[in-house]
Amino acid sequence: MARVFMKGCEAIAEAAVRAGCRFFAGYPITPQNEIPEYLARRMPEVHGVFIQGESEVASISMVYGAASAGTRSMTSSSSPGISLKSEGISYCAAARVPIVYANICRGGPGVGSIQPAQMDYLQATKASGNGGFEMMVFAPSSVQEAVDMTYKAFDYADRDRNPVLVLCDGLIGTLMEPVELPDIKTDQEVADIKESKRPWACVGHKLDYANRSWIQPGHWSTIAMQQFNERAAAMYDSWENDVQAEESGLEDAEVVLTAYGASGRVAKSVAELLKTRGEKVGLIRPQTIHPFPFASFEKLDYGRVKAVLDVEMSIPALMVQDVDRAVKNRCPIHTCLCSGGNIMKKGQVLEAAAKILEL
Amino acid sequence: MEKIYSRTQGIRDGMVSGFCPGCMHGTAMKLIGELLEEMDLFHRAVAVLGIGCGGLHMDYMAFDNITAPHGRACAVATGIKRSNPESLVFTYQGDGDFAAIGLAESISAANRGENISVVFVNNGIYGMTGGQMAPTTLLGMKASTAPKGRVAEEHGYPMHMCEILNQLEAPVYLERTSCNTPQNVFKTKNAIRKAFRNQLEGRGFSMVEIVTSCPTNWGMDALAALGYIEEKMLPEFPLGVTRDKIPGQQ
Repeated sequence: MARVFMKGCEAIAEAAVRAGCRFFAGYPITPQNEIPEYLARRMPEVHGVFIQGESEVASISMVYGAASAGTRSMTSSSSPGISLKSEGISYCAAARVPIVYANICRGGPGVGSIQPAQMDYLQATKASGNGGFEMMVFAPSSVQEAVDMTYKAFDYADRDRNPVLVLCDGLIGTLMEPVELPDIKTDQEVADIKESKRPWACVGHKLDYANRSWIQPGHWSTIAMQQFNERAAAMYDSWENDVQAEESGLEDAEVVLTAYGASGRVAKSVAELLKTRGEKVGLIRPQTIHPFPFASFEKLDYGRVKAVLDVEMSIPALMVQDVDRAVKNRCPIHTCLCSGGNIMKKGQVLEAAAKILEL
Repeated sequence: MEKIYSRTQGIRDGMVSGFCPGCMHGTAMKLIGELLEEMDLFHRAVAVLGIGCGGLHMDYMAFDNITAPHGRACAVATGIKRSNPESLVFTYQGDGDFAAIGLAESISAANRGENISVVFVNNGIYGMTGGQMAPTTLLGMKASTAPKGRVAEEHGYPMHMCEILNQLEAPVYLERTSCNTPQNVFKTKNAIRKAFRNQLEGRGFSMVEIVTSCPTNWGMDALAALGYIEEKMLPEFPLGVTRDKIPGQQ
């Protein structure tokens, strides 16, 4: 483990390298440029490949190709760029090609702004491309979490042969913090991942139609298409066991703050502050926003909870749709929101929570 | 009796082509299969199939292949080749895939000098989707989306990919062939062989454009389509080598 002071984007890039990622293709867009810039220098040092593609669309297709050839591969972009990549992401999901990508979110819709925002929640969790596929989506609240989640994302992608998204708002991506970096995988480990564990990789095989590697994002028979969708649905159900969320004070909470990413960080500090003042405040900070931590909301005593306060850097609120599904009308849901590149302020959340607590 | 010709092992045993009568996709893939067999490359070959009728080869070829998103074959091939340089990576793309939706990917891969081979099948029309206009549709040629025929003022002119890519510094080999006669089929095979050789020797980007027919969507029978190639297509798309940085090698 090495302790260093790093910017979020660069830390994500280094975590990917340490996880054995040896192929990155991307296209410049603010505020994620530090990821490709860092990897343009770093990849050659580990005998990996960096390519600046001619577009987001081309870059994700390059990643689709490299991952199909068995290499741990990654791309990154920011909100409108992710929309362009949705074509290739859908293909990876369809062809069962494991990739990892990071979305360093900015304002939206459209070209939006270049400042941090959390406006991509629905795209990330509900429809990252055509065809109703799902992905695990990690949402770090600190540079350390961004590192840890990116590092593990490759294992999840490999396990499921499915894309994994690290959804990181522009604040976390551009924030500098001290982080512990995980150990870098050895050349042997990287080679093992590529060669031994990926018999499906498309690298040329002996002439054998039945056992050729066939990376195919389509199914031309109705039976095969339905079977694919059923298998995928079973995989999505299995992710229930992979839910990650930070919880605190849920046993006797009267107000429960819920937020992810940068907002989660602010909500956590507000919850801690109020608890030091003797208030009964709980926190549910989703670290996976898909699968969503519905179970955390089942732990609440709804006879006691006055309201759940959903905190998002998004107008309208988006995660609140999942919170609503979790709460099931058992208590009111309030929102505390900002957008446009405005960062969620502690005072704003404190005021909203105090209002519910009638302080 | 001595056996002097047999079906290539590159095509799935017992498989019957589902292509339309007179279509030349079967011929093109047969040539590729024969070449991979002659050059002992099946264990290294990775085909990147574009969208369109050419993509149907996935059911016929007996070696590794991957279907690219619409137009992105050259980008997908870039990813495969760069991450696994030992593979022989070639794309197989139609005119819509290579020259319309994938134009940026095609030109950019060529401009980077990616060490891949492109087989570009140009029949001047969109076959699989039902006869819509392609970037290579001839002036005056009817298409379902140009019912009165292609008009330059409205649709622009047919695009010449060999000549367009010849403006770039990096490509090593660009040749336009056809499969309309036995001689031209032979020349096409030699051209693809050369494209593969270039890649094996690490020379960079090669592209073979094959002028073919689409009798179904051209609205004529197979023999008439051969005549149309000769009379209409080849004057617009003249056969021959546009770029060859390693002349003489076959």
